[in-house]
Amino acid sequence: MSMEIGRDDGRTANQLRPLACSRNILNRAHGSASWSQGDTKVLAAVYGPKAGTKKNENPEKACIEVVWKPKTGQIGKPEKEYEVILKRTLKSICLLNINPNTTTSIIIQVVSDDGALLPCAINAACAALVDAAIPLKHLAVAICCCLTESGYVILDPTKVEEQKMKAFAYLVFPNSAISIIPEGSSHMEGELMEHGIITSVTHGVMSVDDYLHCLERGQAASTKMSAFLRRSLQSQAPNDSSRAG
Amino acid sequence: MVSANVSGDLSSEMEVDAFRRLFPLRYHERFLLDSIRPDARPLGRARDTSLALGAVASADGSALAKIGCTTMLAAVKMEVMTPPKESPDEGSIAIEFYMPPICSPLVRPGRPAEEAPVVSKQLSDTILRHVNVVTSFSGMINLKELSLVSGKAAWMAYLDIYCLDADGSLFDAALLAAVAAFSHLRIPVVSLNEEGRVVVVSEENEEGKSEKEPVNKGKRKLTLSSLPFSLTCILHKNYILADPTAEEESIMETLVTVVLDSSGQLVSLYKPGGPVLAYASAVQDCIALTRQRVKELKSILNEAISDMEVD
Repeated sequence: MSMEIGRDDGRTANQLRPLACSRNILNRAHGSASWSQGDTKVLAAVYGPKAGTKKNENPEKACIEVVWKPKTGQIGKPEKEYEVILKRTLKSICLLNINPNTTTSIIIQVVSDDGALLPCAINAACAALVDAAIPLKHLAVAICCCLTESGYVILDPTKVEEQKMKAFAYLVFPNSAISIIPEGSSHMEGELMEHGIITSVTHGVMSVDDYLHCLERGQAASTKMSAFLRRSLQSQAPNDSSRAG
Repeated sequence: MVSANVSGDLSSEMEVDAFRRLFPLRYHERFLLDSIRPDARPLGRARDTSLALGAVASADGSALAKIGCTTMLAAVKMEVMTPPKESPDEGSIAIEFYMPPICSPLVRPGRPAEEAPVVSKQLSDTILRHVNVVTSFSGMINLKELSLVSGKAAWMAYLDIYCLDADGSLFDAALLAAVAAFSHLRIPVVSLNEEGRVVVVSEENEEGKSEKEPVNKGKRKLTLSSLPFSLTCILHKNYILADPTAEEESIMETLVTVVLDSSGQLVSLYKPGGPVLAYASAVQDCIALTRQRVKELKSILNEAISDMEVD
C-alpha cells in the first residue's frame, strides 16, 4: 500500500517517533525510568515491595497501586481512569504469588504530553518495574493506533494529529523471549502469544473491521518496540549514570 | 453438587455454600465444564433486563434500569445557562455517576468505590464523544439542539446516575439507564420575559399571557442518532461469559466491554488489563455477542417508550 498520507512531521503511516528510554534516574526510588516518544515524555518511579496490603486487597498475593500525577492541574476523573487502567495492566504482567502480602507503588509523572500519553506511561512503568527488579511474567509494550477520516491507520500520533482523528485506540501487547504461558489458555494454532492484547482502550467511533486492522498494525509495530525495549534494558548496567535523562 | 476430587480433601464433605466461599474458582469451573453458570444461564446469555421510564417525577427525563440485580437510576434536569464564547450556539451536558453506600457492602462513606470515576468518565466519553476539529459533530446528542438563543441562552443538561445495587456489569446498566433517560426527556417550554431573560413557562398559568411567546414550543424532544448499547464479557481460559455478576467479576478478573451503536459501528472496546490475553478470535466473539445484545436492548427500549406513550 503506497498511499501518501501527508503527516505534518513527514513520517509515514507506520513510522514511530524517536524513542528514548533511560533507567535508574532517581536516587531514592527502588526503580525508575523515563520513556519518551518524540515530545511526549513520562517519568515512572517504583517503590516496593513494601510490607502490608491495603484493606480490601487479597493478602495472599502482592498488591500494586498506581499514582498518576499530571503535568499541571488537579487530579480529576481522567487521572483516576488512567490509574485504574495502568493498575490492571501492570497487575497482569507481574508475578503476584512471589511476594505475598506486599504493596508495590508505581508513581507516574507526566513531563510533557504530545499525544499517545497513556502508551508512553505504560512503557515507562514497565521499564521502571524491570529497574526495580520486580518479578514479571513478561514485558508489555503499548502503542497508539488511530484512524483518519479517510480510513487509513496511522501509528503514534502527535497531539495535533490526535485531535484531528476520527478515532484512536491504545493497545498493549505482551513481549517476551521466553514466557510463562498460563495453562489452558486459548492458544490457537497460528496465533502467537505476542498477538494477544493485554489492554485496549478506544475513543471515537470506528467500524469493527477498522479496529481489527488497527490490531494488526499494532501487532506489527509492537515487535519493533519490543526489540528497542529489550536492547535499552539490557545495555544499561544498574548503576550507569551516563545515560541519565 | 460437590466436586469429587481425586486428592480427597475437604471438598468431599463440605456444604455447597462453604465450598463456594472457600474455593470460588473451582466452584465456577465445575459449572463451566457443562457450559453453564451457577444461576443456570448459558455462557452467552445476559440476565433479565427491565426498563422503567419516568421513574423520577420531578426530573425532566428519568429511567430505572435493572440488569439482573444491578439497578441504576438515571435522571436528567435541564437548566438555562449562558453559553461560552467559543461555542455560542451549543448547549452542554454534565454527566455524573454516583455509587452511594447502599449499592454494595464494599462502599462506605469514607471509602469511595474505585469504579465510580472510571464508569463516570467512560459514560461521558460514550455519550458525548470528542467533538473533533474536522467533523463538527460526532455523538449521540447534537449539542446544537440544546441552544435556545444563540450567544445568550442554552440548555445545560445535568445527567445524574445513581447505582442502587451493584451486582456486576455496572457500565452496561448505567449506559442503558442514561440512553433511556434521554429518550424519555421532555424539554421544558420556555419564553423570554420582559427583562429579556429566559424563564420556564409553568403549566398552570396559561391564561392571557399573549406577550410571552414560548421560545421553543415546537421542539420538546431531543433527536438521538445512533444509540449506543454495551455488553461486558469475562474471558476465562477458553470461555467467554456474557454479563457477569459481581461474584464472577471478582474471581475471573479479565473484563472486556464492547459498546456498539445501533448502526453496528464500534464505539468502544475497553479491556483494562487482566490475566487472560484477548486474541483476535476472542475479540470477534465478544463483538458478535454484543451485536445480539444490542438487538435485545433496542427492543426493550422501544417497548418501554411505547408503553409510556400509551399512558
